[in-house]
Amino acid sequence: MNESNAQGERLGIVVGGSLTGGMEVKLDSATPIEEMAVGRYVVIGGLRSRFFGMITNISLGTINQQLTITPPDVADPFIAEVITGTSTYGKLQVTPMLTISGDAVSLLEGPQPVKTVPAHFSEVREASEQDVELVFGREDDKHFYVGTPLDMETKVCLNIAEFVKRSNGIFGKSGTGKTFLTRLLLIGMVQKKEAANLIFDMHNEYGWEGTSEHVPNVKGLKQLFPSQVALFTLDEESARRRKVSPDYVVQIGYDAIEPEDIALLRETLNLTEPAIEAVYQLVREFGEEHWLEGFLNLSGDEETKDLLKNLNIHESSYRNLRRGLERLRRLPFLVPHARENSVQRILEYLDRGMNVVLEFGRYTDVTVYMLIANILTRRIYAQYRERTEMAMGEKADKPHPLVITIEEAHKFLNPSVAEQTIFGTIAREMRKYNVTLLVIDQRPSSIDDEVMSQLGTKATYLLDNEKDIDSVLMGVSGKSELKTVLSKLEAKQQALIFGHALPMPVVVKTREYGSAESYKEFGFRDAAELKRKTEEEIKDLF
Amino acid sequence: MSTKIGEVIEASTGGFVAECYELHTPPPLGSVVRTTDGDVEIYGIVCNASTESIDPGRRPVARGKDESEEENIYRQHPQLSRLLRTTFESLAIGHGQENEIRHYLPPRPPRVHSFVYLCEQDEVRRFTQSLDFLSILLNSKGGSVDEMVSACLRQASHAHDDGRAFLVRAGKELAVLLGGELNRLNAILRRIRL
Repeated sequence: MNESNAQGERLGIVVGGSLTGGMEVKLDSATPIEEMAVGRYVVIGGLRSRFFGMITNISLGTINQQLTITPPDVADPFIAEVITGTSTYGKLQVTPMLTISGDAVSLLEGPQPVKTVPAHFSEVREASEQDVELVFGREDDKHFYVGTPLDMETKVCLNIAEFVKRSNGIFGKSGTGKTFLTRLLLIGMVQKKEAANLIFDMHNEYGWEGTSEHVPNVKGLKQLFPSQVALFTLDEESARRRKVSPDYVVQIGYDAIEPEDIALLRETLNLTEPAIEAVYQLVREFGEEHWLEGFLNLSGDEETKDLLKNLNIHESSYRNLRRGLERLRRLPFLVPHARENSVQRILEYLDRGMNVVLEFGRYTDVTVYMLIANILTRRIYAQYRERTEMAMGEKADKPHPLVITIEEAHKFLNPSVAEQTIFGTIAREMRKYNVTLLVIDQRPSSIDDEVMSQLGTKATYLLDNEKDIDSVLMGVSGKSELKTVLSKLEAKQQALIFGHALPMPVVVKTREYGSAESYKEFGFRDAAELKRKTEEEIKDLF
Repeated sequence: MSTKIGEVIEASTGGFVAECYELHTPPPLGSVVRTTDGDVEIYGIVCNASTESIDPGRRPVARGKDESEEENIYRQHPQLSRLLRTTFESLAIGHGQENEIRHYLPPRPPRVHSFVYLCEQDEVRRFTQSLDFLSILLNSKGGSVDEMVSACLRQASHAHDDGRAFLVRAGKELAVLLGGELNRLNAILRRIRL
């Protein structure tokens, strides 16, 4: 590889700046300013170490104020060429993020967070492919290739092992590519086998087949990794119509529904505060497992009235609760007595290291989604907690890490319910019990601040609401610079990813997904190929 | 081999005056000339040229009232070429010693009667590889510094294979040196554009 390729093209020199405000770089006259772009990487060659940074702003400067008042005759190409880069010049603001020292010890340790700035007039170059590879690692059994940086062919890799250790978030306006990236990350997790996944798939996009705006249909997890993914569904009929054969049809018994579940649904079921209070009273009367069945069986006669009176439940609260719970009764997968314990089934699969996609079929209503996700997750949470505690006591193996993917996360994690739902707890503290969340949402500002601040890695597509941007970037160093980058993302396929699993924030163009080639990269073999391979293997055997 | 064009008749650290062997044929304004001081080669840029009477007390008189062509005057008064002389002034802008060119003033001025040569194209190209001499030119005193600078660059550009690239490079150097004097910069740039 030649020298220029190893180093990247020279852009200019450092002329000032600070660690907090970023470095000021004067562009060389040969560097066309219009070819610069925010979000791009540069390497600053200091005396002792190299600094890896990102362009966060681009501006124009003149050597003399008079030029702005009496501009030179730039219609003449010669004069224009002479003036460019001398009397008038381009400036970049570069936020240094990492340092790469030259000595052997630091090479082993890898890039370190930046604690100082390069000296005056240090040379600034475009980051070369090797530089990017040095920072983001190579695709291996821990690193998963998610996309390429702006205008580069290098692979940006996410450390999946680190990624699953924290809860993570994917944000962006509708139609920017959240589902797309989520599917990619799920594939990454399945492929690297660092964690089992439980995916609450509201719109049936991840399991068997997903939709894409460019390609008619893209393969889901089950098609790519048939032996590692189990497809659960709430709606067998819908699955049959889509010609998908689920591994298991989930049914939830009334006994599985707890008062907390109803409290969570207060807003969506339009319940009043006293009605929720009444639920707890009913539990005291009928017991935890039979309260719902008992309540739904109340006929409204004299006996009921006496009961209500005893329990101190007002008539209006009763009616309010009745109206709400009748809605649940109409859901076909909610049955008085489930034939099998679905939670146990899911856990069995997860225990075997399988990934479970739960499709909601036609029940895309938020109420259903919240109810089911909450019921299942609460039980899984309890089990994981128990097992981890046992593991701590007996020094046995900890349970296999679990990542729970939820959509419309602000419904679960908004400040008014985050305290009550299990997801709030998971986001806050379940890391210790090897359970983390992957939250997908379009209104990050509606998510509880405390939860947002606990998210390890965040990926965000274009957001245009000021509040949303602020909440995503909350607590990140260099926030104002990243804000510029975020607001300049393209409307599709470009995401800003930052946090725990990456050494520094990165704008990536997400990798291609949907073509036969891309499937092959994930390890998918079509039928003909599988057959050929098997035949070859048989031949080799004999 | 460069052409010998005259002899130093007055020398100082900052420059020298030479008399041309041929009347009325001074080197063009801004051209690069070379003279010597022992083994040091001194380079200069022609910044002024004049033709006048040898005796400062005797000014030439007009003689061609009845002549139809100018040349006839010199034909009929052959003594004129002996009574008049052409001299030119050069600014010292660098020197060469042991095959190395330095773009700053020589340690000593040339000796009087040193021969002065007009530099050939490849010598000009070699000397103008570096544009450090521009700051000496711009800082020189005199009436037509800017004219001299632009003439010099125009001529030197012919010695380079890519004349335009040379002028752009020189222009950028000027833009830096004349950062505070935009009008001068613009005036020079307008004179050197192709």
